[in-house]
Amino acid sequence: MILVTLRQAVRDLSSQRLRTALTTFGIVWGTVSICLLLAFGEGLHGQIYRNSAGLGENIVIVWPARTSRAWQGVGRGRPIRVRPGDLDAVRREARSVRTLSAEMSRDMRLVAAGRTLSVPTHGVEPAFGALRNLIPERGGRFLDPLDERRRRRVAFLGDELARELFGSSDPVGEAIRLDGSPFLVVGVLRAKEQDSSYSGRDEAKAFIPLSTFSAVTGQRLVDNFVLKAADSGATPAAKNEVRRLLARRLRFDPADDQALAMWDTTEMFQFLDGFMVAFRTFLGIVGSLTLLVGGIGVSNIMNVVVEERTREIGIKMALGATPGAVLRQMMLETVLITLVGGALGLAIATTICAAFPSLGLTEYVGDPVVSPGVAGATAALLGAVALVAGWFPARAAARLDPVVAMKTE
Amino acid sequence: MNAREERETPLIRLRDVRKVYRSGRIEVEALRGIDLDVRRREFAAVVGPSGSGKSTLMNLLGCLDTPTAGSYELSGENVAGLDRRRLARIRNRRIGFVFQSFNLLPAITAFENVEMPLLFSGTGRTARRRRVEQLLERVGLADRGHHRPTELSGGQMQRVAIARALAMDPDLLLADEPTGNLDTRSGSDIMGLFEELWEQGATIVVVTHDPALARRCRRVIEMRDGRIIADRAPAAA
Repeated sequence: MILVTLRQAVRDLSSQRLRTALTTFGIVWGTVSICLLLAFGEGLHGQIYRNSAGLGENIVIVWPARTSRAWQGVGRGRPIRVRPGDLDAVRREARSVRTLSAEMSRDMRLVAAGRTLSVPTHGVEPAFGALRNLIPERGGRFLDPLDERRRRRVAFLGDELARELFGSSDPVGEAIRLDGSPFLVVGVLRAKEQDSSYSGRDEAKAFIPLSTFSAVTGQRLVDNFVLKAADSGATPAAKNEVRRLLARRLRFDPADDQALAMWDTTEMFQFLDGFMVAFRTFLGIVGSLTLLVGGIGVSNIMNVVVEERTREIGIKMALGATPGAVLRQMMLETVLITLVGGALGLAIATTICAAFPSLGLTEYVGDPVVSPGVAGATAALLGAVALVAGWFPARAAARLDPVVAMKTE
Repeated sequence: MNAREERETPLIRLRDVRKVYRSGRIEVEALRGIDLDVRRREFAAVVGPSGSGKSTLMNLLGCLDTPTAGSYELSGENVAGLDRRRLARIRNRRIGFVFQSFNLLPAITAFENVEMPLLFSGTGRTARRRRVEQLLERVGLADRGHHRPTELSGGQMQRVAIARALAMDPDLLLADEPTGNLDTRSGSDIMGLFEELWEQGATIVVVTHDPALARRCRRVIEMRDGRIIADRAPAAA
């Protein structure tokens, strides 16, 4: 009986090819839009997150600046000078700070493999690697505490820089010269996405131990430092604590928020999370509305179908079709249209998503993914649309009075 | 019930049946107290001018509609108060309809049209096929099964409709102006087919206002203004 009903549904639908095609198109369109919107939302979210994480997750970057208030007899506008020893004190005393690394930088003349380049070189402490997501390529390592303590002349190279110098051969173990001093390459950065930075992208830099940097250049002042709170919720407390401790040591007003410039990337992540929730909700609603419009189309069509077939339904009822059988028949047709349209739409969306990476826009908007979540949400919505769209016309059909229905022309 | 009782219990038994249609605030009493018995193997015509209530009576007899008041027993079973689903089953199993305008489904073949009641009853595929072939043979259209109704003449369409009406081997064959859309010769052919069916044991009620047609029936029930005003007894009785 089910098979017969199905066959009849297919026959009914194919006897109205154009109308069926248009209705199916509505559902295909709705499915493709909702699927793509969700998939792009998901891809974009992942990409922004990856890009932002390139700088480091939930870190705060601090630059010593100038005082904006007079304090203890000294006028405003005094530059703040931070030495590595001040940061050791912060490390010791600030309980809400988990890790911290000082950073010094200047451009150095790098000679390697017969080439000479001017390279931004950064003196950093071992914690810097984890803070800033500087993950070594296989076979290498980041700077370690022994390098720092012994002022070793070792260097960690950005991937772009390493490629420029050594091409495809592995630079680990190679000797380079920085401002004339020989250095050993101990590691190369594993390529990463990074869309925000404060002194250029890491891929083009060379990193050496802070102590070595000081010894080679004679620089005693820290250009900036990077820290991470004990947990991301404690970041505001950590910032306050650092400001208070340094204010005491370096004698500036703890309420002077200009003395230290801070970039709190957790704010960006928070904003990003909030933004993405809103963005995806928006995309979801737009997609759902599109699908809803498709559903209304189907419902309309089914209404017309019922109207056009009133006489036929009346005849079938006279011959013994129960109201339930009529209801099932009409519902089945709606479900068929939705099923076919939904499957087509999903296939098209998946194809578009699969083809997308070849457009080369991945870095900016990420790759859309038809994840199980996206497919599930789409399927659930489609199902709901089919049920609602089909129900009312089908019920109207089942409630027809056969006597009246048979007289309809 | 034994054979004797079955023979004596009327197939149709209407008692004081009334039907009131309401449209807005106006009530129209289409049937005003009908008492009617039709026994098995009768061949009866219901005649009367339009508006006399014969179509309403036909709808009630065919379980397409239910009376406002009164009782209707079809082979001893009261069907006046049944729900739509039960009525549909009764129509499927016990009543065969033949309409003036044939009421065949145009998109499907004659074979499939005849098959329709069998589908609704849940008859198996092989049994369906055999039954439809047998029925088309019976009405003389064995070679027309794969034609669509539009490819058939009026007389042929009505034959398909009769085959369809007989599909479930119903207790009662109800025909509403079965020759109304046919030329005289086809009409006469169809009437001949009904007579044959009656002779083979069918119970037939025909609604018509064609006196020539009524004359060929064995009993004529005449209606006016929702009442039976004359009932010429069955010739066979």
